[in-house]
Formats: sequence, structure tokens, C-alpha cells
Amino acid sequence: MSSVRVLVGTRKGAFVLSSDESRREWKVDGPHFAGWEIYHVKGSPVDPDRLYASQSSSWFGQVMHRSEDGGKTWETVGNQFQYEGTPGPHKWYDGSPHPYEFKRVWHLEPSLDDADTVYAGVEDASLFISKDAGASWSELPGLRTHKTSTDWAPGAGGLCLHTIIIDPSNHDRIYAAISSAGAFRSDDAGQTWRPINRGLRSEYIPDPDAETGHCVHRIAMHPSQPNVLYMQKHWDVLRTDDAGESWHEISGNLPTDFGFVIDVHAQDPKTVYVLPITSDQYHVVPDGKLRVYRSKSGGDEWEALTKGLPQKDCYVNVLRDAMSVDGLDPCGVYFGTTGGQVYGSANSGDSWEPIVRDLPAVLSVEAQTLP
Amino acid sequence: MIHVSLPGNLQTLAGTGRMVELEVSGAPTQRSLLDALEVKYPALLGTIRDATTKKRRPLLRFYACEEDLSDVSPDDPLPAPVVTGTEPYIILGAIAGG
Repeated sequence: MSSVRVLVGTRKGAFVLSSDESRREWKVDGPHFAGWEIYHVKGSPVDPDRLYASQSSSWFGQVMHRSEDGGKTWETVGNQFQYEGTPGPHKWYDGSPHPYEFKRVWHLEPSLDDADTVYAGVEDASLFISKDAGASWSELPGLRTHKTSTDWAPGAGGLCLHTIIIDPSNHDRIYAAISSAGAFRSDDAGQTWRPINRGLRSEYIPDPDAETGHCVHRIAMHPSQPNVLYMQKHWDVLRTDDAGESWHEISGNLPTDFGFVIDVHAQDPKTVYVLPITSDQYHVVPDGKLRVYRSKSGGDEWEALTKGLPQKDCYVNVLRDAMSVDGLDPCGVYFGTTGGQVYGSANSGDSWEPIVRDLPAVLSVEAQTLP
Repeated sequence: MIHVSLPGNLQTLAGTGRMVELEVSGAPTQRSLLDALEVKYPALLGTIRDATTKKRRPLLRFYACEEDLSDVSPDDPLPAPVVTGTEPYIILGAIAGG
């Protein structure tokens, strides 16, 4: 019998939620690392009990942990993230040059074929790799030193590399997204990169269709169609059908196309989920209603999923790494809010139940399907 | 034996209580004390001082004997009551929050 484990990172610790394949009864373990901000926890697809966790604190800096038993116990691993050479500048908020400075790990992406290899997306934006299960980290500097990187400027959340996607059909092809810089693709395992932002239009930058400078919030892929990517941008939901060579908008009838999360159904690559947020000035769900929107046609036509979700007096946000799907059929969909609720659906979003209601603000949610 | 008081988050990380004990050889300084602390509790590497530059993290303070040692040279001798273990060396997170 399969089971599901949902790894939740919050402002004050990590939690592990587990259930059998019915997904009706849940066990909540935690907090792990109480008091620490947990930006991301993710398991290896090769060995699902191998977990990596990123802890961060304004006081104490970056700490990394690894678990070999699905989060029951943890050990500290390497927390040294050194940029190669002397880092050049990016733009600061006032337009002046500002040297790249490591601040924290936003996202962990374990390799698809080696449990000891894991990528880390960090702030200030760069990509690191560990090939020894997190003991040591080295930069893949090609992205940070891209010719456009001196013009990248942080958004309010920082100059963070928050999305890493490895093409399951070609592990040398990696996608990355950086807030306020855009989407990028490498075809040589992260050595060199190029922007893939054609078709993005952002009215909040001087040149709305510039090569870089777009505030990409999240990208998602279905493994069966690796050339199709879905994007939630600062404003606009978009899709590419050619591995990022060009994008087109699929916002359609969404009540607002601002948001952070986006994900794809585990079995149907055309079924996509977003969670609209009111605006860039007002980071809460619209009209006091918590609504996931689902498209079964790859975008443009969206339906509100509301059953089991609060439809009045709800004013929470859902952050970019805080939605995930499991691999069961029917597909389980999970998301966490800044109000500390983690909601789950065991029927592809048709109805929802709160798994846990009163956690600290949720930063990340990752679902694992266990044999 | 030198007694070092850790803030809550570092107790969680190091798996200790509030107070830890350290043997520091020679004439102890803040630098040699923190070096010894990181050797005994490797999980704390980089959390109190930058792992490379060894500079104090900006939002941490070092107190002892009712004095703020945060900006004192790390190579100055520690106060005698800290060395003899009658006063703790306190590592403190700066006050913040609401």
C-alpha cells in the first residue's frame, strides 16, 4: 500500500505530515528545527528517505541538514556557500552596483539519478551543487556570471534563485528562475545558461519585453512533457511548448493573474493549478476567498476550486514553494498558507480538507509518494 | 573550565542545554574560545562567526562580566572570571520582533 509524506517548511520549524494512500487521516510530526526558518525540505527521488533541509536565520545564517530516515532524525551537513572568485556586482535597489553576497538557500533540488547529488538555489542568485550528500557545496558560476547578471536587481523578496527543474528526459537540461531576473536554461548540466524570457511582458520594468528583468515567481513541468513549462509570473500566467524558446499568456478567465504558486497534475500534463493573489500591493487572496484555480486544458480556461476552503474572511497568501502534488491516482494536491494552514485534496482539487490549521507561516510544501 | 551560554536556536542546533563547558588551552581569548566551541560543536560553524572571515555575525552579541565584548579585539585576553569559570561568556541574539 502506498503512502504519502508532505514536507512542510515554516517560519519557525519543519513539519512532516504523513498518511496512507486514502489521505484521510494524517499524522503531524514536528516541529523539527524549532525556531528556525525552513525555506525548503525536499526528498531524493532516488531514495525518498533521503531528505535535505535548508534552515535560515537572520541571526545565525544558513544551516543545512540531511535525514536518512524520512525526517525522523537529522544530521548537520555543510553550510559553506562560497561564490567562485571575487563576485562581481548586481544592481542594488538604488541602481548602484552591489557585490553578490550569499544570504540563504531558497530551494533544494535533489538529482534525479543520484541521492548524493543535490542542487541549491540561493540568494543572492546563484546555483550550487553538492555531490557528497550535502557535506560540501560548490558553485556552478555560469548563471551568476551571465553577461546580463550585472543588471539584475533584487525585488522585495531578495535576488533569489527559487526554482530549479531538471529535465527528466535529458538531465543536462536544467531550468532555473530568479526573482526580478527571469527564467534561464542550461543544456550542459549548469555550466552555461541563457535567458528564456521571449514572450514575457512586464509593465513594471522600463522595457516591458526585455531579455531579463522579469519577476518570475514559479515554473512547473510535467515529467511526461518536458518541453512544456507553466509559469506564474509576478503578473500573468504563461506557458511554453518549446522548452522556453517562447512563452504565451494563459491567464484567461482568472480573477487576477498575480500569484506565486503553480503546479501540474501528476497524471494529466494539461491540468494545471494556480492560486490567484489579489495584487502586488496586496498579498492576500481576493475577496476574502481561498480559491485554487484549475485548468484542464493547459491554461486559458480556469475553474475555481472552493469545496472545503474558506470562502469568507480569509486573508492569507500562498508563497511560491508552497504547493505540491503527490503521484497517486487520483492526484493529491497540497498547499500551505501564511496563516499556517496546510490544505490537501485527495481528488485532484475537487474538494479540500485542512490537514493542519495552526502552524507558523508556511514557506514550502513538498509531497512525496512512498511505495 | 569556561562556561558559555548559548541562545535558544543554537542550543537546538548543537543539541545542548543553555550552558556548555569548554576547555581552552593557553591564554584564552574570544577567538580561541569560539574556535574551541566550533570544534566541540561543529554544527555551530558559521552560525556565530562567518566561517571564512571569522567576523561576528551582525545580529549576535558577546557579553561577559556585565561588559559588551562584541567589538573588543578577538585576540584580547578574556576577563579572568570567565577563564576561571566563575562568570559565563554569553552569546546572545540581538533583540528583535514584536
